[in-house]
Amino acid sequence: MHESAFQIFVNALLANNFVLAMFLGLCPFLGVSGKLDTAFPMGVATTFVMLVASLCAYGLNLLLSAFHLEFLRLISYIVIIASSVQLVEMVLKKYSPKLFRALGIYLPLITTNCAVLGVALFQTAREYDFVQSVTFSVGGGAGFTLALVLMASVRERLQLSNVPDLAQGTALSLMLAGILSLSFMGFAGLGG
Amino acid sequence: MNPTTATTWDEFMEGVWRQNPVFVMVLGMCPTLAVTVSGVNALSMGVATTFVLVCSCALVSLMRHFTPKEVRIAVYIVIIATFVTVVDYAIQAISLTLYDALGAFIQLIVVNCIILGRAEAHASKNSPLPAMINAAGMGIGFTIGLLALGVVREILGAGTLFGLALFGAGFQPWVIMVLPPGGFFVLGAWLLFFSWLERRKLRKQTDKLAEAAQNA
Repeated sequence: MHESAFQIFVNALLANNFVLAMFLGLCPFLGVSGKLDTAFPMGVATTFVMLVASLCAYGLNLLLSAFHLEFLRLISYIVIIASSVQLVEMVLKKYSPKLFRALGIYLPLITTNCAVLGVALFQTAREYDFVQSVTFSVGGGAGFTLALVLMASVRERLQLSNVPDLAQGTALSLMLAGILSLSFMGFAGLGG
Repeated sequence: MNPTTATTWDEFMEGVWRQNPVFVMVLGMCPTLAVTVSGVNALSMGVATTFVLVCSCALVSLMRHFTPKEVRIAVYIVIIATFVTVVDYAIQAISLTLYDALGAFIQLIVVNCIILGRAEAHASKNSPLPAMINAAGMGIGFTIGLLALGVVREILGAGTLFGLALFGAGFQPWVIMVLPPGGFFVLGAWLLFFSWLERRKLRKQTDKLAEAAQNA
């Protein structure tokens, strides 16, 4: 089945949102979504890494297929992702040390963000061409950012409300994520 | 019990219960929520992850003296990715249905934070045997966590347990439980349950202390 670039974008952004429908990238989703100020830059940084990783993975996959080395795919993808995270880290450290400190440990952890490796693996499994791969990674990144920002806004609000002690912390975040995920199910079928 | 076995047992139980990766540390969330739509999926994911965890911790621990500090994370990741590739091909050979059900999440074991966390926090500082025991404990703890979710979601969402029908034909499945939101809800409910248990235990202790103080 051939999907148009627009369908892929909408699908990755809403109907099959990376975080809320496909369960990719939950660690940063639960970890960095406490404050809106850090959630948005984190989303943008991840989107950038996803785009770079997707581009490299596309080229690499062609190369590996040409030499029949498919079994090296996973190892080479992860090396590529680790190096692009390093790149983002250096750029951020140079141009925005404040943000660099705010994101802290979660920045190097983008390497182990399943959303990034997920993009590379899914685009390979679905045999997307170049344009499709790029839209898929940008859509997925935007979806990740959207979920992160939504979650952060709700959690900022929640700090002002009266929550039973028992439900504080991760349990509350998970329930929230469940409700968000429920509402995102309403987008099902949108991408055709 | 002599002290060596006691510490070994302790090390093993740490991952299974006290530091359970799913319920206490809340690590490795992506596979936890994504594959636990049924008991079988949860079990096989747990076993696959345990295998990768034990093998990579053993290798990391064997290589700990030759691994330069600066590139250690890269070394760990390449080791983990190697074992995941092995598992990926093995599952494909054993059961194609299972392979399709777990999908990309087999390959995504590479980025499971539990494995990298164990490699960095434990295996890189200990000799192979304790590292493997610790890893096995963590892996089994992870499997228990996955099963706890998978079983609940399968019973509520499909009315079956490991594929066997539990209720009569009149059972109306609670479909939302096998859909993505159900994963979040069930894990949230488990966490609530455990914090309730913890709180009850604490209250009992303080009650006992107060009583003792009164009697004295």
